[in-house]
Amino acid sequence: MANDNEHDGDRRDFLYYATGAAGAVATGAAVWPLVNQMNPSADVLALASIRVNVADIEPGTQVTVLWQGKPVFIRRRTEDEITAATGVAVDDLQDPIARNENKGEGNTLPATDDNRALDETGEWLVMVGVCTHLGCVPLGDGAGDFGGWFCPCHGSHYDTAGRIRRGPANENLLVPIASFDGDELIIGKED
Amino acid sequence: MGGIPHDHYEPKSKFEKGLHKRLPVVGLLYDTLMIPTPKNLNWMWIWGIVLTFCLAMQIITGIVLVMHYVPHEDMAFASVEHIMRNVNGGHMIRYFHMNGASLFFIAVYMHIFRGLYYGSYKAPREVTWIIGMLIYLLMMGTAFMGYVLPWGQMSFHGTAVITGLFGAIPFIGDALQTWLLGATAVGNPALNRFFSLHYLLPFVIAGLVIVHIWAFHTTGNNNPTGVEVRRTSKAEAEKDTLPFWPYFVIKDLFALAVILLVFVAVVGFMPNYLGHPDNYVEANALATPAHIVPEWYFLPFYAILRAFTADVWVVQIANFLSAGIIDAKFFGVLAMFGAIAVMALAPWLDTSSVRSGRYRPQFKIAFWVLVADFIFLMWLGAMPAEEPYASLSLLASTYWFAYFLVILPLLGITEKPTTPPSTIEEDFNAHYGKGKGPSSSGGEVATPAE
Repeated sequence: MANDNEHDGDRRDFLYYATGAAGAVATGAAVWPLVNQMNPSADVLALASIRVNVADIEPGTQVTVLWQGKPVFIRRRTEDEITAATGVAVDDLQDPIARNENKGEGNTLPATDDNRALDETGEWLVMVGVCTHLGCVPLGDGAGDFGGWFCPCHGSHYDTAGRIRRGPANENLLVPIASFDGDELIIGKED
Repeated sequence: MGGIPHDHYEPKSKFEKGLHKRLPVVGLLYDTLMIPTPKNLNWMWIWGIVLTFCLAMQIITGIVLVMHYVPHEDMAFASVEHIMRNVNGGHMIRYFHMNGASLFFIAVYMHIFRGLYYGSYKAPREVTWIIGMLIYLLMMGTAFMGYVLPWGQMSFHGTAVITGLFGAIPFIGDALQTWLLGATAVGNPALNRFFSLHYLLPFVIAGLVIVHIWAFHTTGNNNPTGVEVRRTSKAEAEKDTLPFWPYFVIKDLFALAVILLVFVAVVGFMPNYLGHPDNYVEANALATPAHIVPEWYFLPFYAILRAFTADVWVVQIANFLSAGIIDAKFFGVLAMFGAIAVMALAPWLDTSSVRSGRYRPQFKIAFWVLVADFIFLMWLGAMPAEEPYASLSLLASTYWFAYFLVILPLLGITEKPTTPPSTIEEDFNAHYGKGKGPSSSGGEVATPAE
């Protein structure tokens, strides 16, 4: 024991470190598959897009569809709703970022109504119907204090452009990749 | 330390001696069962047995339920209905398991508040306390994952909310939440793994319970006076203690019988009283129930989670100081877990040299306000997320943290405690009559906690 110090840097030390390192690598290699198996499996990851016929949706109504296990709100807004949304200054918003995946990744555009709506007229608003607080599905049809959506779980109020206005949520409702093909709305990326 | 001096197991027959030499398991059981226990323990010391019973009951009824349950998103809800309608006696087994969780949490809250009042967490019992807190956390995890399995509306959307807590962690949150769920949303992968873990964790709890008991058998039980058992000699220790068997076992079993009377009445006559009707509606990803509430035992911490919104000044300061990393959502999550963390740190936050709250006049007031605060938070957690409940939640959450972070450290310095009795024997005789004490009358055996 006492003369261990006299062997600094000799072959035995090297063997200790090499064995320890090999053991650590082997343990890591054995543990990683056990951790990684919990990540989404191939069938879950397979990016599906869906097509929804929106011709029958009247102004002032909303259709909710399921996309990748999450609800997506497709709302055809009335003139009043659009006016209410465009009339808000970006400075008054809790989250000033547009959160629109159609505007490129990591978009930093201001959360104006133009940057949120899907089409030029601003009639169509398509959003993932998952509250950005803790994942409940907000209630629509003018619910909440700002005439848009209201999350019943923890009281987040969203306005008619799906922007967070009051409550614990910190981000606007996410606008997913979506585009029109005639009367059909495509949600997600089509291959 | 060496514990309290007492008689150890002596193998007698040839077989016993032979076994003891090879595996001292009888000795281990004997010493565990005959452990000297302070003879002045009151009725608040019965919850340990109730908890042990609950764990056993949940494991046994759970194993039986698994024989009929199917952990698949298309069949889980139907298989629970199958248990309720077709399986022989299945409805009662499920109701026992379901309400067993509630009894488990009633007992654990009584047990924890007992420890807080009588200073059971203080040196040298910090390890017992910390292991107890770990058991409590595992209990919450197990109960949450069990609630997911019937795949009702509350199961589904509750899972979305609770896994969303992990999603709130800065930088790694989204990846972590996806990893936990096995998808970007709650679905079959989540149901499957929660089923697996719901089956596993109770056995981890059982292991920790053994360590918990081992820890306080090493230090000896606390007792209502907080005064330690005298342990310089066996004769002296015997004046303060009685063996666990038969004295405390019989007492605990009597208490358990009374509690089970109430429990069975609830299971038999009002089995869904503590549940939520929305969970008898099959999970639907497109609609969150109008009013989502967790099970009653999570409500106090749920109220704390909701209390910290973006307009609260501490949240704004935290947001500013962390350059936006800590937002209202993450702050709420930190507060919720922090509420349990400060409780776990009680041994180091309490500066008083007197262990038991019985001899601390100001502490008593603060403690009972904490109990009221806990019940108030539980009520607030069930209320909708609007005024005046939001402000009241903030107020009640503030007291919870103030109790542990301000009151406990300060009271130890400012408070003037009364004098505890010098020995457990003295306290026992004062409460149960001098003539009944075994030491004073010599020979007669006492009836503790009559």
